[in-house]
Amino acid sequence: MTDKLVQPFSQKRTAELAESLSAGGTIKGRSLWADARNRFVANKAAMASVVVLLLVFAFSLLGDYLTQFDNETIDWDVMGSVKELGRPSLSNGHWFGFDESGRDLYSRVVQGSRISLSVGLVGAFIAVMVGTLYGSVAGFVGGRVDSIMMRLVDIFMSIPYMFVLILLLVVFGRSISMLFVGIGLTAWLDMSRIVRGQTLSLKNREYVEAAVAMGVSTPKIITRHIVPNLLGVVVVYATLLVPQMILTESFISFLGLGVQEPDTSWGALISEGVKSMNYGTLWHLAFPLFFFVITIFCFFFIGDGLRDALDPKDR
Amino acid sequence: MNDLSPLLSVDDLRVWFDIKRQGAMPWTPTDTLKAVDGVSFDLMPGETLGIVGESGCGKSTLARAVMRMVPAETGTALWLGEDLLSMSKREMRGHRKEMQMIFQDPLASLDPRMTIGQIVAEPLKTHFPDLSAKEVKNRVREVLDRVGILPNMVNRYPHEFSGGQCQRIGIARALIVKPKLIICDEPVSALDVSIQAQVINLLMEIQQEMGLSLIFIAHDLSVVKHISNRVMVLYLGNVVEISDSVQLYKSPGHPYTEALISAVPIPDPKAEKGKEVMLLDRDLPSPLDPPSGCVFRTRCPIAEARCAESKPPLKDQGNGQAVACHLR
Ligand code: SF4
Repeated sequence: MTDKLVQPFSQKRTAELAESLSAGGTIKGRSLWADARNRFVANKAAMASVVVLLLVFAFSLLGDYLTQFDNETIDWDVMGSVKELGRPSLSNGHWFGFDESGRDLYSRVVQGSRISLSVGLVGAFIAVMVGTLYGSVAGFVGGRVDSIMMRLVDIFMSIPYMFVLILLLVVFGRSISMLFVGIGLTAWLDMSRIVRGQTLSLKNREYVEAAVAMGVSTPKIITRHIVPNLLGVVVVYATLLVPQMILTESFISFLGLGVQEPDTSWGALISEGVKSMNYGTLWHLAFPLFFFVITIFCFFFIGDGLRDALDPKDR
Repeated sequence: MNDLSPLLSVDDLRVWFDIKRQGAMPWTPTDTLKAVDGVSFDLMPGETLGIVGESGCGKSTLARAVMRMVPAETGTALWLGEDLLSMSKREMRGHRKEMQMIFQDPLASLDPRMTIGQIVAEPLKTHFPDLSAKEVKNRVREVLDRVGILPNMVNRYPHEFSGGQCQRIGIARALIVKPKLIICDEPVSALDVSIQAQVINLLMEIQQEMGLSLIFIAHDLSVVKHISNRVMVLYLGNVVEISDSVQLYKSPGHPYTEALISAVPIPDPKAEKGKEVMLLDRDLPSPLDPPSGCVFRTRCPIAEARCAESKPPLKDQGNGQAVACHLR
């Protein structure tokens, strides 16, 4: 930073500057977002995680095109003797080997990645939207409305959410959409609390007071002044929420309540892998576990990087 | 100017806050903090009224109550004959463009995520949503130019400016809707002394040009001296003196005003040395439990027995001076 300041303006630059001043042109400002982006790009662990994560995404979306096998066809020859014939092998194109039922494990992992990632993203999205709206309204309106809204959150929070989720899946049937709804609906509670706290502190900032004084309406104040200033916190929390969603889904699937055959997810694949561990087919566990772990790690690193980049203390 | 009717006429304004004691049960009665307790004043068009008092005396709360940013308990605030405090929110919103506010912390009063162009345009867009984008842009440039900010800075963000510049931007934001009144809530107390003068001069120039009324809040008398026509001194939510500015400095009426004036440094070192500073012993009493009778009684050097019995009314002394003290 400092060497940039010390460096004298090159003549060309000075000329440009003078020209833009005289021509009545405008000088581009450096927004807080631009600052944060620069800090984030400088964070090596976070940037590496972004790259790895993009590869995982690409794998889940495009992985199917790289193999001639699909995720349904059962190879009856292999089925009975997966341990001997179903090993991962580069020569026959079954890179990850076969699963317990004689299906191509590579295709299964691609399929599982797609479902796990979308559960994570969609679940986090629902949670963030509901939580941000709920929390910012409660925080900004304040008073009795705030008390009632937050007590409601307290009550919901006191119910063990795993229990609710399992109940939902049992009562309404096990489907992916139910899983989305169930996970999303329980995860917004934390979000709403965080956002409410932030809103309370933002509400007393002078620029919000200034907006009130100049006659800006309440909805406009929330969307124009509160939410953009909340965004930093929301973004950080959202990136940390995605792996949490993936973990929840995996746990539910591990218990056998989540996605159902023929669909699969990382959790379901890991669960199968664990069951067949005793038969010596360790690759059943290793491949899905690998993707699961690196994805979770990447999200955490990115979340950390974002938090450092957006930290208002650095301003 | 005296034959005009007042722009703003505040009568017996009270703002009370309910304060919950720490760890109190929801049903125990709350304490009442009388932040503003029966304040009345008139503000003429084109006039500057200075409001002075220690922190916590209710001067900011008074301004915010007039602007309907905190609810008032009782009282009226007539704006050209209409009561601001009893009108609906919608009606009030229509009037907000006529009165604008400038804040204490210049940087904090600007949204860090908006460019200064957007910030200055916001009141205009709020009150005149039909203006074309081009017109808005022209008005923004014009008003920025007036307050001494290069108009080609419109795409910059508040953190790229100094405190004094930020306050100029705040002034530009207030000016853009051509208000009749600007309430300045300690606009210079967060700035360096050298910049304070610039900002005050800017405000005075603009006031002359546009015929604005100003309410200028400050916590010491020296800042208010140059800019105000009249000065109102507040103590624990009560008006203790409201006087013509020249008169107030020449012969302060209330013992509290005297103490405040004696604390203002005199530029002449000799005079400063010989000057007697009237120190107020004891701390400001808790506003939750103000003294009976005259609120200033616990710190007044000339207090008598009757001061504890009844509250002194604000008495007009003629010569443009009104003082609330039994002995004056
Ligand atoms: S009324 Fe009494 S206590 Fe109050 S200022 Fe006057 S002399 Fe002092």
